[in-house]
Amino acid sequence: MVEWTDFERQTIAGIFAKIDYETTGATALARCLIVYPWTQRYFGNFGNLYNAGAIKINPLIAKHGTIIVHGLDRALKNLDNIKDAYTELSVLHSDKLHVDPDNFRLFSDCLTLTLAAQMGADFNADVQAAFQKFMLVVVSALKRQYH
Amino acid sequence: MSLSDKDKDTVRLFWAKVAGNTEAVGSNAVYRMLTVYPQTKTYFAHWKDLSSGSVNVRKHGKTIVNGIGEAVAKIDDLQKGLLSLSELHAFQLRVDPTNFKILNHCLLVVLAITFPAEFTPENHVAVDKFLAALARALSDKYR
Repeated sequence: MVEWTDFERQTIAGIFAKIDYETTGATALARCLIVYPWTQRYFGNFGNLYNAGAIKINPLIAKHGTIIVHGLDRALKNLDNIKDAYTELSVLHSDKLHVDPDNFRLFSDCLTLTLAAQMGADFNADVQAAFQKFMLVVVSALKRQYH
Repeated sequence: MSLSDKDKDTVRLFWAKVAGNTEAVGSNAVYRMLTVYPQTKTYFAHWKDLSSGSVNVRKHGKTIVNGIGEAVAKIDDLQKGLLSLSELHAFQLRVDPTNFKILNHCLLVVLAITFPAEFTPENHVAVDKFLAALARALSDKYR
């Protein structure tokens, strides 16, 4: 089981309390599709992804970004058992969506950078460490049911 | 994932902004690396003070960011341009090349914080490609 310090629990809760799910989700996913263009393979039905400009204003991508970030709420509410909390979602990503789990890491990095840009100096080294640990645990849980 | 002419121009323009801030950006990135990835501290056992404002961290941050600036100037042939730095890292420092990726990530975080408006996805992809190419060139002499 993952051990969380009080600082880590407070930091993670604090970040999610202040997040604007719509903006952050949309920005992070758009960034991921632009910086790692091969991730676009999973979005064939999402309309115009022809260039960075189109991706940034694509409403389907924006909506999906929000869904993904809301997916993290499950971990927030189940910090002491993230592994089990994500069993269903892991099976979904593996068996239905067929997403290469390396993409979880790529999205996680883009989300980290999006938050850094939004939070500025508040996203200090200790906050970064706590958030990255959280994302690492979620990513690991999402990979768990792959076979 | 080679650098296009557009990537190179983007990197040159973006890195010009960092030029005035080398110690701040560098020391922030190094301190983050040591804090977020504690295994990197193994390379600095000889430093007594690893804290955020310490002389060691600030000086090393500046050294690294100046080195990156050098690489920007030699962006048209990184392998040739970084030959002696690669030899240094391969034969003397023997830093495991995985750590280049770690430091690159920390640099990107600092750039996002320091230049939130300019760190657009378009600039991000060019800088990310450049830092990856830099890491490859730096690892060239390893074996």
